Amino acid sequence: MTAMQQGLQSCEGCGLLSRPAPGENEGRCPRCDEELTFRKPASFQRTWAYLIAAAICYVPANLLPVLTTTTAAGAESDTIMQGVVLLWSPTGWPLSLIVLVASIMIPSAKILALAYLLITSQRGSAENNEQRVRLYRMIEFIGRWSMVDVFVDTFTAALIQLQPLMSVEPGPGLVFFAAVVVFTMLAVESFDPRLIWDSASTKEVTYA
Amino acid sequence: MPEHEPPSPPPIPESRAVPKKRTRFSLVWFIPILAAIVGAWVAVTRVLGQGPEITIIFKSAEGLDAGKTKIHYNGVDVGTITAIRLTDDHRHAIATAQMAPKTDEFLVEDTKFWVVRPRISGANISGLGTLISGAYIGMEIGQSKSEKSNFVALDAPPVVSGEMPGRFFILKTLDLGSIDTGTPILFRRLQVGQVASYELDKDGKYLTVKIFVRAPYDQYVNPNTRFWHASGFDVSLTANGLKVQTQSLLSIIVGGIAFETAPTALILPAAEEKAVFILYGNRTEAFNPPPRNPQTYQLVFKDTVRGLTPGAPVEFRGIPIGEVTDISAQIDLKTFEFAVPVLIRLDPQRLGVKVFDLGPGSNLETARRKLIDALVAHGVRAQLRTGNLLTGSAYVALDVFPSAPKTTVDWAQSPVQLPTTAGQFANAEATVEDILNKLDKMPLKEIGDNLNKAITDLDLTLASARGTLTSAQGTFDNTSNLTGANSSQVQQLNETLKEVSRAARSLRVLADYLEGHPESLIRGKKGEAK
Repeated sequence: MTAMQQGLQSCEGCGLLSRPAPGENEGRCPRCDEELTFRKPASFQRTWAYLIAAAICYVPANLLPVLTTTTAAGAESDTIMQGVVLLWSPTGWPLSLIVLVASIMIPSAKILALAYLLITSQRGSAENNEQRVRLYRMIEFIGRWSMVDVFVDTFTAALIQLQPLMSVEPGPGLVFFAAVVVFTMLAVESFDPRLIWDSASTKEVTYA
Repeated sequence: MPEHEPPSPPPIPESRAVPKKRTRFSLVWFIPILAAIVGAWVAVTRVLGQGPEITIIFKSAEGLDAGKTKIHYNGVDVGTITAIRLTDDHRHAIATAQMAPKTDEFLVEDTKFWVVRPRISGANISGLGTLISGAYIGMEIGQSKSEKSNFVALDAPPVVSGEMPGRFFILKTLDLGSIDTGTPILFRRLQVGQVASYELDKDGKYLTVKIFVRAPYDQYVNPNTRFWHASGFDVSLTANGLKVQTQSLLSIIVGGIAFETAPTALILPAAEEKAVFILYGNRTEAFNPPPRNPQTYQLVFKDTVRGLTPGAPVEFRGIPIGEVTDISAQIDLKTFEFAVPVLIRLDPQRLGVKVFDLGPGSNLETARRKLIDALVAHGVRAQLRTGNLLTGSAYVALDVFPSAPKTTVDWAQSPVQLPTTAGQFANAEATVEDILNKLDKMPLKEIGDNLNKAITDLDLTLASARGTLTSAQGTFDNTSNLTGANSSQVQQLNETLKEVSRAARSLRVLADYLEGHPESLIRGKKGEAK
C-alpha cells in the first residue's frame, strides 16, 4: 500500500499529503508551493547518469596524483592510494585509515550500493526491502564525509607554501575526486527511495 | 498511471493543476557524457604525454627510489624510475623508468646510464649535489641509430663524454700503480686526457688501460710515442746518482700517465684510434726500453762484486747495452778458487749488428757471434767499475784492453761466457800488494847492520880527517908567514918590482927617441955625437 496507489502525493518540502487535481497527475503543494510529483521525475535515468559520471571520474581520481609535494629533495606526486601508504606508520595508522575509509572505501561503496539499488529497483525485486532502504539511508548519510579528503588536501595546499623550501599543490586527481563526491551525492539525491518498495507493493497488490 | 479509487473519509485538498512540459530524454545524461569526455581527454593526454618505458639493470639499487629517482640529462629531468625489482637471478636490480615524451631518439644502442652519487675519484669530486637531493641517474646519449629499451647501467660515470672530440688509446702495463678511472694524462705536464677504464686481461698477464686524449692533443700521439707512469715521485738511486723526477703537483697526489715522443724519433702520422702502447714504469725506462732481443751471457769475476746489483747497467764505453740479471758465488773445492759468475742480458744489436751485412744465408745469430768474436779478438773485456763513489754502486763495463791476453769465446757453453779482466780497484789493490810484498822482502836488518858499520867507519874517518885538518892548518900558517906584509920575500918583491918599473920607464924613453930619430940606431945620438 503506497500513497501513489491511493492517488495521493506527498510534498517533498513540507510533507503535506495531497491529491492531484482531477485530470492532472502533477501539481504544486497547496501549502508550500513545492512541485508535486508521485515520484521524483526520471529518477532512474538521472541517478544512472550521475552514477555513471561518478564512476567515470572515479578512475582518474585514483590514478592521477591528488597532491604534489615539492621539497628540496625534489617534487613528489602522490595519488590517494600512495597517500594512504605514505601515512601508514605505527603511529600514523589511524589517519591513514581515515583517508582510506573516507577517500577510497566510501566513494566506491556508494557507487556500488547505488548501482545495486538501481538495478534491483528497476528489475522490480521485492526482496530485502528494509535492508535496501537502510542501505540508501546509510549512503545518503555518509556521502558528505567523502569530501573530507578534498578539504584536507585543499587546506594543506593552502597552508604549506614555504617557497622555495617546500610547497604543496593540489594535483589533477583532486578535481576528479571532488567530482566523484559531488556526482555520487547528486545520484543519491536523484534516487527516489520510494521506488524500492513500489515494485514490492505492486506485487503485493497483484498477489493480494 | 494510478487508478482513482473512491476516496475514503477525510476530505483531501486538491492540488492546483499546472501544465508542464516533459522531456523524455533527460539532459542529465550530458553529465556522464561530459565526464567521459574529460576523462578520456585526460587519459589521452597522459598516454600521449608519456615517453617510452625502459628498463635499466643496476648492480645495486642503493639510493634509488621507485617513483622518486629521476633520470637527468645535462641537468634536465627526462624520466623517473617507476619500479625497482630484482632480476630473475637475484643478483642485480632492474629498474623500470618512465621517460619523458619525445625521448625515443635518445634511447639508442650506446646510450649510457649510471647512478650519480657523491664521488671522490682521483682528481675530481663530483655529485656533491646528490648529498641533499639523493641519488639520480645520469645519462649520456649515444650516437647509434638503432633504438633500444633495455639498458645496463655503468658502475661509474663515464669520465669521457662521447661527444668530446679526441681519441681513445690502449695501454698495456704489468702494474696498475696508482692509476684509477679519471687519472690525468699529461703531455708536457699539461693535462690532456683521462683514464677512461682499466681491466685485467683474461690471461691475467697484463692490465689494459683505456685512456682518452682530448683533441687537439691526440695528434701528438704517434706510433713512436712512449707512455709512462707519472705517479708522484720517481726516486731512483743508480750508478748515475740520485734522481728525483716529478710531474705536476696534481699527479704527485693522484698519479698520472705522461707521454712524450722522443725528439729524435721519426715524425710519424698520428696514431690510430685504439692503438696499443706499452705503459712504462718511468720516463727513463720509457726511452730506454728493455732489449728487444736480449741474450744472456756469463761473466766470471775473480774479485769482489760489491756494489753490483741485479739491474745494474752494462755499458760499452758508456753506452748502456744491457743489464745485470743475476749474481751468484762459486767455489772450486779443489783449488779453493772463488769466482763470481754474473749473468748479464745484452742487446748486441745496440752494438751495431747492422754494420755486418746480413747476407743471404746468414742470420742474426751468426752475425751476433761474428760480432762478439771480433770484439773479443780485439781485446774487448768485461770489467767491474764503480759508477758512483758515494753509493759504491758498480756497473759492468765492456771496454777494449789491447794488452789483454788473447782468448776466444766458447759458443758451446750455455750461457756463453765472455772474458773478463780485473777491475780498476782490483788492479790498484794488486799494485799496492806488490809494493808491500817487495817491502816485506827487503833485508832491513842487514841494512841496519851495514849502516851501523858505516857509522863506525865514519867515526874513524872523521878522526883522521881532524889530523889532516890540523896539518893543513900548519901549512896555511906557513903560507901566511911567507906572504905576510913584513916578510923579506915581500920586501924583495917590492924592490924587484920597483927595478922593473924603472927599467920599463927607460925602455919607453928609448922607444920614444927611436920613434923620433930612427936613424940614431945607425948613427947614434946626434947631440952626444956633436
